[in-house]
Amino acid sequence: MSAISANEISKNFGEVTAVDRISLAVRDGEFMVLLGPSGCGKTTFLRIIAGLEQQSAGDILIGGAVVNGVPPRARGIAMVFQSYGLYPHFTIRDNIAFPLKTQRVPKPQIRPKVAWAAQLLGIEHLLDRRPRQLSGGERQRVALARALVRDPTVFLLDEPLSNLDAKLRASARNEIKQFQQRVGTTTIYVTHDQVEAMGMGDRIAVINQGKVRQVGTPTTIYEDPADRFVATFVGTPPMNLVTWNSGHLGFRPEHFLPKEMIQDGAVTEFSYRVNRTEYLGSERIVYGELDGLLSPQEVTAKLPPAHVPLESIRPGEWHAFAVRNGQLCYFDEDGKRARRH
Amino acid sequence: MVAIAEKIHGSRSRFQFVFDRPRVLGAAFLTPAILYILLLVGLPFLLAVYYALSAYTIYNPSYHFVGLRNFVEVVESDIFRRTLLNTFIFTIGSQILGLILGKFGALLVLRPFPGRKIVRALIILPWAVPIALATVAWEWMFDSLYSVINWTLIALGLMSRADAPNWLGEPGLAMLCVIIVNAWRFFPFAIVIFLAGITAVPQDVLDAATVDGAGFWRRNYQIIVPIIAPIVVVGLIFGTVFTFTDLSIVYLLTNGGPVNATPVLGNLGFQIGILSGDVAHGAAVSLFMFPVLFLLVIVMLRFIRRREI
Repeated sequence: MSAISANEISKNFGEVTAVDRISLAVRDGEFMVLLGPSGCGKTTFLRIIAGLEQQSAGDILIGGAVVNGVPPRARGIAMVFQSYGLYPHFTIRDNIAFPLKTQRVPKPQIRPKVAWAAQLLGIEHLLDRRPRQLSGGERQRVALARALVRDPTVFLLDEPLSNLDAKLRASARNEIKQFQQRVGTTTIYVTHDQVEAMGMGDRIAVINQGKVRQVGTPTTIYEDPADRFVATFVGTPPMNLVTWNSGHLGFRPEHFLPKEMIQDGAVTEFSYRVNRTEYLGSERIVYGELDGLLSPQEVTAKLPPAHVPLESIRPGEWHAFAVRNGQLCYFDEDGKRARRH
Repeated sequence: MVAIAEKIHGSRSRFQFVFDRPRVLGAAFLTPAILYILLLVGLPFLLAVYYALSAYTIYNPSYHFVGLRNFVEVVESDIFRRTLLNTFIFTIGSQILGLILGKFGALLVLRPFPGRKIVRALIILPWAVPIALATVAWEWMFDSLYSVINWTLIALGLMSRADAPNWLGEPGLAMLCVIIVNAWRFFPFAIVIFLAGITAVPQDVLDAATVDGAGFWRRNYQIIVPIIAPIVVVGLIFGTVFTFTDLSIVYLLTNGGPVNATPVLGNLGFQIGILSGDVAHGAAVSLFMFPVLFLLVIVMLRFIRRREI
């Protein structure tokens, strides 16, 4: 049974359609990531699940029951906000205890529960401080503890890492994922960062312009994108697209290699003019353009430096590059994936 | 390099960059404000102290030092004690009423509804209308014969003509009237203060409280009010200081009547010191505002500082 399902959810703000008939089923215990560019409707959709916004049409089911019109406090959800939404005038202890107090949990039960949540997130030593005395990473843990303390059926996380610096973000990503696996609570996680989505999600729902473009595991999303948007939104650098008949031909930069590096299988060859190379330590990014059957088009290659010496690829030179046929994706004129070109 | 530096150094006056020095520029900017306070606040205050310690009247303007005798006489007077009590009732009553109206008014105009902008503009009116004009209008509403309030209550069948209250004629009701008029004048200011505070509460915090299960009252009194308390306290200091020292509404609406039920310190000081010409006692009455306001401001400022740390 799905822990949460959304049936044909739409949300209009006046003339603007923020969410356009989104249907999504999240399994029990699953870590589902909603991934999309800013303004795509993912946060609005999350707020509809939370009950902070009312949908214009469609049904939300939590644990099999329709919760349309049910206020947030009765939905059994807990939410972590982008800027954490901690109560600045409460101590950390009171922040974490607040959801229990509103539920009229007896006082003797509150203290051990708060201690349990604080211990799970390693913030016991901060309990008597106030939010403004905490660092970004610490505040984020407090927000998680506050979400955890009421034993929710679902965690809703709205870009919880976007206020952290890049270094902290990587470790916090790991922590949240481990934490979710330990407590096993169904989680919906909104982000615009594809690295977070790929690294944390059991499944990813890619959203653009209010519509779900594809739902799948990180592997499926990356290797078998449903359309041109998904293909170019996920991956750094993004998938190369070259015009091909009426549609596009796509291939990942790391699959676009010097011909001599591919020994086996059928390949498609390209004549590739190198414009510039970037040395990034663990990899090398090559910027250039294709010619031959196609009009000149910008294409990026990502090479492991160990395999190709830096000196052998110089700006201005033409090289024979190739892609394995199995790694080519064809998109029709509407941007949909076509299995045969 | 050396030559250029020497040239600049040598050919310019050493005062040329004098306004680039923070000490000089700061002093230049602060002087007008300091002069203003010294001349228009400090000097009158010292003059009041000077007169309060004398037997100065406009009929006998020679200076004769009498120590604290004026203060003792003032404190022993029943009218003064009644007035002091009135001042507290008037100030506290109108501030509480104004804050309640301001809080709910702010919540009301925060919600989007058709014509909200017009309502927001209209709400400022009580504050903008000259107090003398507004008080005359209120005087008619409280009039013993022509009161619209009584007329409405009678027309609705809520009271008979015989029971119609004489708003300004009965001591308790007259005090209620001046409190209502002052609260009416103060509440637009309170709305502005509350609006500024409430709109500064992060949406994430309000959403978190909603998700955490806080209903309307809990969200308001455990989350919003504590967060905006420092701003509200600043507003309250202003409101209290202005109300405690105000005499215009009482002067215009009841002129202290009926039977000394409504005069506040300002009225009594004005009555004794200016109208009766007994400057010394008038100054002594007015100086009783000082310790009260001084303590009040210190308490409130301490409160704000504690909240900020």
